[in-house]
Amino acid sequence: MPDMAVQDSDTSPAFQKAGQSLTLDAITHRFGSATAVDDVTLDIRAGELVSLLGPSGCGKTTLLRIVAGFINQTMGRVIVGGTPIDDLPPNRRSVGIVFQNYALFPHLTVADNIAYGLAARGTDRAAQRVRVEEMLALVQMQLFADRYPRQLSGGQQQRIALARALAVQPRILLLDEPFAALDKNLRLDMQIEIKRIQKMSGITAVMVTHDQEEALSMSDRIAVLSQGRLEQFGTPSQIYDRPETLFVNTFVGTSNLLPGHLESSDATSCAVRLDDGLRLVLPRPAEKMAAGTAVVVSVRPDNLAFVEDGEGLAGKVELGMPLGTTIVHEIVTASGRALKVSSARSAGAQPFTSGTPVRVAPVSLDAVQIFPAPKQ
Amino acid sequence: MASGRTTTGASERGEGFLALPLMLFYLLFFIAPLLLLFAVSLHADKDMAAWGLAQYAKALSDGFGLGVLFDTLRLGVETTLLCLLLGFPLAWLHRNAGPRWQGVIILVTVLPLLTSVIVRTFAWIVILGRQGIVNTLLLELGLTETPLRLLYTHGGLVIALAQVQLPLMVLPLIDALQKLDPNLESASAALGAGRWRSFFRIVLPLSLPGIIAGSVLTFSAAVTAFITQSLVGGGQQLYMPMYIYQQALTLQNWPFAATISVIFMVAVLFCIALFNLLGRYTRRYSAM
Repeated sequence: MPDMAVQDSDTSPAFQKAGQSLTLDAITHRFGSATAVDDVTLDIRAGELVSLLGPSGCGKTTLLRIVAGFINQTMGRVIVGGTPIDDLPPNRRSVGIVFQNYALFPHLTVADNIAYGLAARGTDRAAQRVRVEEMLALVQMQLFADRYPRQLSGGQQQRIALARALAVQPRILLLDEPFAALDKNLRLDMQIEIKRIQKMSGITAVMVTHDQEEALSMSDRIAVLSQGRLEQFGTPSQIYDRPETLFVNTFVGTSNLLPGHLESSDATSCAVRLDDGLRLVLPRPAEKMAAGTAVVVSVRPDNLAFVEDGEGLAGKVELGMPLGTTIVHEIVTASGRALKVSSARSAGAQPFTSGTPVRVAPVSLDAVQIFPAPKQ
Repeated sequence: MASGRTTTGASERGEGFLALPLMLFYLLFFIAPLLLLFAVSLHADKDMAAWGLAQYAKALSDGFGLGVLFDTLRLGVETTLLCLLLGFPLAWLHRNAGPRWQGVIILVTVLPLLTSVIVRTFAWIVILGRQGIVNTLLLELGLTETPLRLLYTHGGLVIALAQVQLPLMVLPLIDALQKLDPNLESASAALGAGRWRSFFRIVLPLSLPGIIAGSVLTFSAAVTAFITQSLVGGGQQLYMPMYIYQQALTLQNWPFAATISVIFMVAVLFCIALFNLLGRYTRRYSAM
C-alpha cells in the first residue's frame, strides 16, 4: 500500500492514474449447445469506459462474467495490461465489479463493506481505515460509515458498491447494468457521478447495459452485441451516425425504415429507388451491394423535414405531438407506411392537424443509411 | 418486527378470535398440565401430603441426577454439532445442484421422517451391533481383531440420533442458503477473498438464522428422544427422559419425577436461549 495521506489533494487522492488495457481476444462461450458469445474481439484502451450494449440474451453479461472470471470461456483469451489472465481465479484477477443489485454484504457496516477487499489482501487496520475514509470521501458518503446497507437508499448503496470495488485499486472495473435499479431522476445523477469517478481514477471500465441512452451518454466507445456477435465497436457518434448494420441502426436511436432497391452505385455515389417512389442519390458508394439489390433505407426522424409540393414523399399527417422543444409528427404514406418526423418547435408553434397532406424528404443525404434488406 | 406488525393488523381487524381454538387447546392440554406438573413438584413427600421445596433441594444436591442431566445436555450438543457438520455440506450441495438433483436431495433428506422412529432405531441396532454391518466390515478388512462395542455407547447413540434428527437441521439450512444472493460470493471473490474467507465471512454469518433454527430443533429433539435413547443407549446409558420415566412409573415417586422434569425443562430452555443469543447478531442488520 502506498502512503495515501501525503498525496496532493487537488488531484485524485485515492488513485495513482494507472488504468490498464483490456483485450478480449476471439472469445467464444457455449452453454451446452447454445452459443452465448460468438468470436468477440475487443481492444479496450487504458482508462476507457466501454459499454457492452445489446438486448437481453445478446451475451453481454456472459462476456462481463468471463472478464471477472466467474465463467471460464470455451475459447479465446482475456488479456489485461498485456498479460493473459485466463488461468487466474476471480479472487486473483484484480477485477472490480459493481452488480446490478449492488450485492453489498448485509451483515457488515458500510465501512466494513469497503474494507472487505483490503482485509482480504492483508492490509493492516490503520491503512484500511485511511483508505475507507478516502473512498467514503470519493463517493461523498462520509456520514454513513456505520450504517448497514439496508439503511441506505438505492443510490447510496450504489455509491458504496462502487467505493468497495475501487478501494482495492482493481486493474479493471466492471459495471453490470449499474443504473437499472435506480429511478429515472437518480439515474442521471449517478451516471454523472460514476463518469466523474471513473475519469478521476483513470480506471478502465466496462459497463453492461441494454439502455442505449445510457451507453451513448457515458461511454468513450460502445460495443453493440446481438445474439452473441459483435455488431459494431465504435464511439457513440460512430454508432449513432454511421451504424454499420441494420441491427445497430434500429437498436440505437429511432429510425424510419423504408424498403427499396439499389439502382446504381459508383465510386462516389449510389442511387436508391424507394418502394414509395422517391429516388435518393447518396453521396457515397453502396459497399458490397450490387445494383438491383433489395435494400432498407434508414432515415432518423430528425433528418426528415417537410418540403414543398412536387418533392419528397407524399403522405398525410396521422398525429402531431408537441414535445417541449421538438414536435413529432407521424406521417402515413400512400402505401400505408408510417414515418416519424421530428422538427424543432418555435414558441407558440402548433402541430399540423390530422389529415393534412404533406411532403417530407431527408435533410442530409449524407446521414441517410442503406443496408441490405434482411432475408426473409 | 414483521410478525409484530401482522399481529397488530390482525387484531385491529378483529381477526384475533381465529386463534382462539388453538389458544384453548394449548391452555387445556399444554399450560394446564404444565402447571399441574409444577404443583406436583412442590410436594415435600412421596405421598404428596405436605407442601415444600424438599424435592428441589434433593434433586439439586444429588450428584447422580445432575450427572444424568449433564450427560443429556451433552448428548444434545454433540448430536447438534454432528448434524450441523453433516447437514451443512448437504444443504450446500442442494443449493448448487440443478433442479432435478435438488429434488433428489430433498427426498433423501425427508425420507427418514416418513418412516417410524422405531424402525429407524432398530436399523441402527442392526448396523452397530456386535455382529452388525460396521463390525463385520471392520473385521473383514482386518482393521480390528475383536468386534468394537458401538451399540449401547454414548458415541453410538450420538451417531444414531444425528441420523434420526438430520432432517430437522438440513431443512432450515436449505432454506437459509437458498435466500443467500449468489452475487455476494461473487463480490467477495472479486474483492480478492479466497473460498474459505468467503465462506467464513459471508456465507456462514448469513446462514446463521438457519443454523440457529436447525440447532434449536435438533437439540430439543435429541435430548427428549426417549425411544432412540433407550434402545440404542440401552441399559448402561441413562438420560433424563428415561430417568424421569423410572422415577415416575417404576418408583412411583411422582413429586421427584415432576421436580426433575421441571429442572430438565428449565435447563433445556436455558440452552435454547443461548442459541438464540447468537440470533441477536443477525437481528442487528436484518431488522428494519
